Amino acid sequence: MTLLQPGFFSSLPVQNALLIGAGAALLSGAAGVFTVLRGQSFAGHALADVSAAGGAMAYLLGISPLLGFFSLSVLGALALEALGTRRAAGRDLAAGIVLGAGMGITALLLYLDVTVKGSAGAAVTVMFGSLFATPPGLGRAVALGALAGLLGLGFIYRPLLLASLDGELAKADGVNTRLLGAVYLLLLALAVTLSAMAVGAILSTALLIGPAAAALRLARSPVAAMGLAALLGLGCAWGGVWLAYQSYGWTPGHVWPVSFFITALVLVVYAAASLARRA
Amino acid sequence: MTAALNVEGLRVTLGGREVLHDVGFSLEPGAFCGLIGANGSGKTTLLRTILGFTSPSAGRVALGGAAGYVPQKLQLDPDMPVRARDFVELGLNGHRFGFPLPSRARRAKVEEMLAAVDAAGFAGQRIGELSGGQQQRVLIAHALIRQPKLLLLDEPLANLDLRAAAEIIALLRRVAKQGVTVLISAHDMNPLLSAMDRIVYLANGRAASGTTQDVVRTEVLSALYGYHIDVIRVHERILVVAGEHGAHGHEHVATIP
Amino acid sequence: MFAPYMLDAWIVATLVALAAGCAGYFVVLRGAGFAAHALPMAAFPGAALAGLLGIARFYGLAVFALGGVAGLAWLKRAQRPDAATALVLVALLGLGALFLSLSGQYSNAVYALLFGQILGVGPADLPPAFAIGLGVPLALLACFRPLTYSAIAPDLAAARGLSGAGLDLLFLGLLAVTSAVALPIAGALLVFTLMVGPAAAARHLTRAPLPALGLSMALALVIAWAALALAYLTGLPSGFFVGTLSAAAYLAARLKR
Ligand SMILES: Nc1ncnc2c1ncn2[C@@H]1O[C@H](COP(=O)(O)OP(=O)(O)O)[C@@H](O)[C@H]1O
Ligand SMILES: [Mg+2]
Repeated sequence: MTLLQPGFFSSLPVQNALLIGAGAALLSGAAGVFTVLRGQSFAGHALADVSAAGGAMAYLLGISPLLGFFSLSVLGALALEALGTRRAAGRDLAAGIVLGAGMGITALLLYLDVTVKGSAGAAVTVMFGSLFATPPGLGRAVALGALAGLLGLGFIYRPLLLASLDGELAKADGVNTRLLGAVYLLLLALAVTLSAMAVGAILSTALLIGPAAAALRLARSPVAAMGLAALLGLGCAWGGVWLAYQSYGWTPGHVWPVSFFITALVLVVYAAASLARRA
Repeated sequence: MTAALNVEGLRVTLGGREVLHDVGFSLEPGAFCGLIGANGSGKTTLLRTILGFTSPSAGRVALGGAAGYVPQKLQLDPDMPVRARDFVELGLNGHRFGFPLPSRARRAKVEEMLAAVDAAGFAGQRIGELSGGQQQRVLIAHALIRQPKLLLLDEPLANLDLRAAAEIIALLRRVAKQGVTVLISAHDMNPLLSAMDRIVYLANGRAASGTTQDVVRTEVLSALYGYHIDVIRVHERILVVAGEHGAHGHEHVATIP
Repeated sequence: MFAPYMLDAWIVATLVALAAGCAGYFVVLRGAGFAAHALPMAAFPGAALAGLLGIARFYGLAVFALGGVAGLAWLKRAQRPDAATALVLVALLGLGALFLSLSGQYSNAVYALLFGQILGVGPADLPPAFAIGLGVPLALLACFRPLTYSAIAPDLAAARGLSGAGLDLLFLGLLAVTSAVALPIAGALLVFTLMVGPAAAARHLTRAPLPALGLSMALALVIAWAALALAYLTGLPSGFFVGTLSAAAYLAARLKR
């Protein structure tokens, strides 16, 4: 990790990390507001775990991790949609089943990564991320993906809000709630993919749920909640990158994982928002 | 004049059981109609079929125009950061995809609607924090803002106190006066008796319908319920009461030798 | 496949499947799928910390699993349950990322704890496996009625003096103990999938509570045995077979209805 020695902003891995963190945090924060409101935290987390199989697959095939993560999380979204039932308890089970199958496939692919490709570090990178070691071109791809996701979210904002309040009412108003739900799951898959790039598959839920849950405690309107969640997520992501960079000096020669700092900051933000609400 | 709602020979089967058998009735524009029936008699099913959520196995539904819907209850979270005002605005454009750019004309329309249902005073509060009667007003405004020809309400009075119920009924009467057909379901017809001019009575999956004068009579209601019903008129109001007058007294005489 | 050195693996798989299949019935009934996933996952940083401090792994796992339960109980008061679960999960996993990074045995440890190494179990793993394989089903059966009652009608159960929060704590505590014991032997994935897949499939096959519970345990056993046999024969990870077989069992049960 000697790459990190020169100044913070002039270091290429840091720039890449800041870009990826920003893209992931902005989209996940905004999409996460709906994830929390619709009670789909488990579905979001299931998509993340399924996407891990894609990350492992990317190692095996030698393709871009972004492509790997995204293709599998879309597959996971389709599976959730196909298994989905209207009742909340049924959705909980569908998420559990999809998650279990996805992790099973992850286990297989990671095993093959090690035995066939000799990528011993694959498990850690896929599950916990390694933001400073991502390929340089990835930053731009993540930023573009985040932009596309935010535009898509804005595009379906009104029907999505209505359907999140009451599905039947949305139907009576002429919304195709089935199609809307599917489109939303695809956007969620994109958000989860980008977050998995930043903090790893199983921690991507931190960026999806934490800032949104905090923003929902404070904001007065849905748009404000989305904006606030995106900004809080951005602060956590950048703060985490900065702290990880600093940690090089704490335990000489060893950089603490960025994912740890980002997750910790997300929780601090959530706790602060809860206290502010009570005060 | 074409009917605002025409239902013919409707049969609906849910979970292998026919819930509605051969239901038919028709409503004129501006009618204020009560859909009356016991719990489980199929009121919600009928409303959902009219809206097209449930497809009938036979029969047809013809609407004279767009329908607005007020569901039985919103499963709302008090934490939902949506104000009453935002919710009414969603009635206007919630079905549209595309970027939600603010518009002054739309805001004005929303404020006008809020005022029309006397909801301006709490328009800035989160809907999860409103009382039952306030939520009903907001739901009605949400349904009316796109100017439907027909307004369907599922048990809007079920959880309201007497005063809130009377206020909602007065509001719905004003709506009907402006030409909107109102179909309101209730398991208790008493609060509606002075307001409704039409009644659709559901029992055992069949419907009897007519004007309120035709249906709300002791012999008709007793036949429908299969139980003695008295129609009482006091102070120019009507009230329906179940059971034989003095029935309890007779029982006492019989049981104490 | 049935060589003496494999005997321990068969016994452990059987016992873990009994505990998970039984707990799974209640996981499905109570809609606690996310918690059932989060607790084993959240326990695993405990193993990493134990490695860092040089203490027995079980203590680290138990402290983290029970810490997860406490976090859930505390956060659920202010948050939707699923969001609370997500927050607890990432809080503990974030620590896991740190501990593993500091302990320097990063990758192998992650793989073993998440996906399990059931083929590598030895005689030392038998006593804890017996403890949960027999203890957890017994404890759950003893609480069968209150757990069922409070899941189906929480208000009625509370009126009878059953505290919903207390039962939740008890149930999650049992899940946590199961996780802490089974994790180093079977891996977080196996524990979780055996808790959800078989029980979800059983629910589609029968409605009666006790047969569903029995069926769930039986399916868990079959899946665990099949996965172990397939892992032995193919040399591929057992987690892969448990995950996909559980999903297949669920799908088959759903299609059959
Ligand atoms: N999805 C369903 N599947 C099977 N039966 C149903 C379903 N929904 C309603 N029912 C049954 O249909 C009947 C009418 O229900 P409903 O229309 O809700 O009555 P109401 O609104 O008058 O109380 C009830 O007996 C109810 O049990
Ligand atoms: Mg009803």
